Amino acid sequence: MSRNLILGAALSSLILAAALISFVWTPYDFAAMNIPEKLQTPNARHWFGTDHFGRDMFSMIMVGARTSIAVALVAVGIGMGLGVPLGLAAAARKGSWLDEVIMRGNDLVFAFPSLVIAILITAVYGAGAINAIIAIGIFNIPVFARITRGAALSLWEREFIMAARVAGKSDARISVEHILPNVVNLLIVQGTIQFSLGILAEAGLSYVGLGAQPPTPSWGRMLADAQTMVSFAPHLALIPGLAIIVTVLGLNLMGDGLRDWLDPRIRAARA
Amino acid sequence: MGFNIFRRGMGSALALSAAIWAGAASAQGDITVAMQLEPPHLDPTSAAAGAIDSVLYSNVFEGLTRFMGDGSIVPGLAKSWDISDDGTVYTFHLHEGVTFHDGTTMDAEDVKFSLDRARAEDSANAQKALFSGIESVEVVDPLTVRVTLKEPNGNFLFNMAWGDAVIVAPESIDGIKQHPVGTGAFKFSSWVQGDRIELVKNPDYWGTPAKLDHVTFKFISDPTAAFAAVMAEDVDVFTGFPAPENLPQFEADPRFQVLVGSTEGETILSTNNKQPPFDNVKVREAVAHAIDRQALIDGAMFGYGTPIGTHFAPHHPAYVDLTDLSAYDPDLSRKLLAEAGFPDGFETTLHLPPPSYARRGGEIIQAQLAAVGIKAEIINVEWAQWLETVFRGKNYALTIVSHTEPMDIGIYARPDYYFQYDNPDFQALMKELNAATDPAKRTELLQKAQRIIAEDYVNGYLFQLPALTVAKAGVRGLWANAPTQATDLTAVYWEN
Repeated sequence: MSRNLILGAALSSLILAAALISFVWTPYDFAAMNIPEKLQTPNARHWFGTDHFGRDMFSMIMVGARTSIAVALVAVGIGMGLGVPLGLAAAARKGSWLDEVIMRGNDLVFAFPSLVIAILITAVYGAGAINAIIAIGIFNIPVFARITRGAALSLWEREFIMAARVAGKSDARISVEHILPNVVNLLIVQGTIQFSLGILAEAGLSYVGLGAQPPTPSWGRMLADAQTMVSFAPHLALIPGLAIIVTVLGLNLMGDGLRDWLDPRIRAARA
Repeated sequence: MGFNIFRRGMGSALALSAAIWAGAASAQGDITVAMQLEPPHLDPTSAAAGAIDSVLYSNVFEGLTRFMGDGSIVPGLAKSWDISDDGTVYTFHLHEGVTFHDGTTMDAEDVKFSLDRARAEDSANAQKALFSGIESVEVVDPLTVRVTLKEPNGNFLFNMAWGDAVIVAPESIDGIKQHPVGTGAFKFSSWVQGDRIELVKNPDYWGTPAKLDHVTFKFISDPTAAFAAVMAEDVDVFTGFPAPENLPQFEADPRFQVLVGSTEGETILSTNNKQPPFDNVKVREAVAHAIDRQALIDGAMFGYGTPIGTHFAPHHPAYVDLTDLSAYDPDLSRKLLAEAGFPDGFETTLHLPPPSYARRGGEIIQAQLAAVGIKAEIINVEWAQWLETVFRGKNYALTIVSHTEPMDIGIYARPDYYFQYDNPDFQALMKELNAATDPAKRTELLQKAQRIIAEDYVNGYLFQLPALTVAKAGVRGLWANAPTQATDLTAVYWEN
């Protein structure tokens, strides 16, 4: 296992642990305001200080991790759940009208800047975590469809697929039984990277007020709230900013590490 | 001037010379004033947008009477007036030699034109109620206008001071939305939409000429950008500064002065009185007792703001302090909710327009309501959407907004207004008030009116919005208070 993978997994687990623990314990009620105690810098009672409403930042970061992870995870799930079957179908019917429709549809979604369309979707259907998930999820579909199709195409030319064909298996069965297991590594790596992008997208949407709504804490909104106070209470911006950096960095390192670890060619070269 | 710059300790000779050059070029006759909202167009007599008055009131357009910075009403284009004994006929005597910026003369015909246009059936005036009591407007001679009212109106001179009642000319009315032509001490020069409006000194002004030669209004809606623009000295004045949390920094900085004044803005938790469960006065009272005003002012406004207990400005002589009627008492609030049939509270919505007093205040109120069992879902909306859904559509439960019109308690007498408050007693009281001219009687009626709406808990009364202005230290003559929406620059100058 590479250093990247270990470091990435450690950082990601840290955030994941914070999110999971927040279900049973946070130092304070994350939504409890205590205005006389506002804008405290990190101290023994409030490890990450307090925000402009006197809420405990540590508790908010923990629950915010939950928001970010939940949104990104479900969004990646949507992308995989729809994108992978589409990619498999396009590869199985390479060059047919089905392939054309699927891939040109993907191009269409790709042609739009994702965050702008996500803003459009949440602006039309209302701000909130669910709509943010849908908006981010839609843009994950073509990513997974393309990567699946690309990898599956070369597999279709291989002898073991021909053998399966000769054995009388249908294209759909071949796709599921033989193609999919061979692209799964690739999907795990891509999934990790998309997951980190999803966290960033959620933070971006929350930053402009279109993600999870108050009182649900969200790192993006914490950053937005901190904007006018950076000059006298920099911890308000630094702490959620660092949380986002740690998560995205962790996931990216883990993605890189996983790629190296899972890719048989690289593994073979190393051995 | 030069010494001032020196004292500030510019780092390098280059910067120093650049600063002196910039200082000399502006010649202290220029000023750049920033505000958050840009006007949609430039005709104050055909739109509700306060941003129009913020740029043009008194600077470009003037009325028969006018507001002063302390809220008093003084003669404007009318140098004096006579009121008939029964209080229904006002004879205005106009100043001589007043011309519009296009060179045409301002006379009684223009006054008649302006008032008739504002009160006409198809008038687009946003405050038609100001003119509704007018029976007729007659030109006696070029410098005398006689206005006959249907019944005495103690507020008539006050009404004529509003930005919606300024005098315009028939010659220039067609292009007024893009090229305003008034009688003021400044002339409109140019408008770069999305960026700035420029005014220049009117050399032919009939009254005391302006001390500044050139005024630039800039529009900066983002609070962070507002802070940066002032800090970088890109603007000389920022009126209605949107981020109260930054004011202590400006106060501590010798380059700037901070003016904290009063506005006519009653910031309230507007409540849809026809939507269940808010049609029940006990529920509204429970909401009122759930709110901790001081926490709200400290949290949302960083301490700037005066608590109010009714829809009335605390600096007005007729104000009654009724905050005790809705004192913070969550236990009482829970008890009232139980009596109203909601022992476990209920779910509702809270629409929040963009200003930070609403967005931040909304989060605090959401938390305070949650403490008594009322779960309010926050719905953030832009102004256009707020006007459409909440104000015109009345499709809302709760919202937070500042009502910045002066003396606007009369809106509670309009059952179709977005609060949907329908109380015949209050409506009768307002009729009586409009007819009353005796100051003591008016005060008594106004106090009674404040009490009725406070005891009916029509809305949650939160705080009076402060007027927050940040300016360079050398700027003099700015209004600290905002008795009406205006940025009167006619008396502003630089002190060296």
